[in-house]
Amino acid sequence: MGKIKIKKADVWIDMTPMSDVMVLLLTFFMLTSTFVKNEAVKVNAPGSVSEIKVPETEVLQIIVDKDGKIFIGLDKPGYMQEMLEGFKSKFSGLSLSAMQEKNFIGLASFGMPMNKMSDVLKHEAGDVNNLQKEMGIPTDSINGGMSEFQCWVDAARNSSFGDKMKVAIKADAATPYKVVKKMMSELQDMSENRYYLITTLKKEEAE
Amino acid sequence: MAKKKGSRQKKAETRVDFTPMVDMMMLLITFFMLCTSLSKPQSMQLTMPSNDKNVNEQDRSATKASQTLTLYLAGNDQIYHVDGIPQYDNPACLKKTTWGADGIRSVLINHRTEGGYTPVKNIMAAKKLLDSERAKDKSMSDSVYNAKLDKIKKGELETGKVPALTIIIKALDTASYKNLVDALDEMQICAIGKYVIDKVNDDDMRLLKAAGVK
Repeated sequence: MGKIKIKKADVWIDMTPMSDVMVLLLTFFMLTSTFVKNEAVKVNAPGSVSEIKVPETEVLQIIVDKDGKIFIGLDKPGYMQEMLEGFKSKFSGLSLSAMQEKNFIGLASFGMPMNKMSDVLKHEAGDVNNLQKEMGIPTDSINGGMSEFQCWVDAARNSSFGDKMKVAIKADAATPYKVVKKMMSELQDMSENRYYLITTLKKEEAE
Repeated sequence: MAKKKGSRQKKAETRVDFTPMVDMMMLLITFFMLCTSLSKPQSMQLTMPSNDKNVNEQDRSATKASQTLTLYLAGNDQIYHVDGIPQYDNPACLKKTTWGADGIRSVLINHRTEGGYTPVKNIMAAKKLLDSERAKDKSMSDSVYNAKLDKIKKGELETGKVPALTIIIKALDTASYKNLVDALDEMQICAIGKYVIDKVNDDDMRLLKAAGVK
């Protein structure tokens, strides 16, 4: 028997259209996306029919987890630095090394009492989040004056972006109202009366 | 180029293998898909009254009793409402309802003020009309729409003025944050312009206790 010559099929596949599509997809994702921030705690915001978007810049985000621990975050590291400077000028006892400050500025949100700050900020960024999620910013007033929480908000308000600053509150659906009330009442005491309550979108039930 | 005899130049292979590029693209896309959040969170705007103690009672706007409704948000997702001004020595004025369209929303919609108005129903109908008008007429700008909506919320309808309701939301310490947001949501759905989140005072506590609310 003679050998049957099979003609070798051309296995070359043209990848050009595929790479075109890929580039398009990639461009789409790069343009539309905002990076997920590494928040100190994860909260499940309640649903609402409201469709107002959260402003993008100069936002002071107050995060309240379901146990009522409070965290604060700003959208730019530069703002965090300004807030830290403002806070430090109020409390002479607070001293942080350059490394600790850098660590603080890199956080997406923070929540620790002042006396634990230097201790917590010694750790790596990943560990800081693990440590601080058990802490939160205290809302007890210091010697009858402003609480630490109020001092932080005040420090943010008195910095260069303070006039444009918006307060956004992101609380867990299961947070007791008691905690939210205390926090809001402290904000009201310093005449911060307008907030954005961050919610997730829920469709309006059919009537 | 014209083919010439003798020019036996071997044609260079012009095909470029795109497979590694596609591989890299895939990796990049996966990376972007995993570490980004596409949807921006929604929010609702809330303005709280100032804590300033200097505002005296006269400066606070007063509304008629029949145009007022007080909501009490209690623990375990329970909700109570008082039509008009709470009568603190009469626990029977406190009525229990449920969340959602059949409960609190129908209470709001069917609330009658003196003169037989059902303001929420009329205002919601007017808002619906405005929304459909806007859907048809794309040229209506946001500011025009908002101005019209504000007018409707105040009760100034085209068919005449109806008295708008004022809702007082009082959340107990045991209520959850979700309850508060849900209540604010109802305000938005029912297009209620005037609502306030108030503190629960001792009289309220007494009333709730007498009615057996925890």
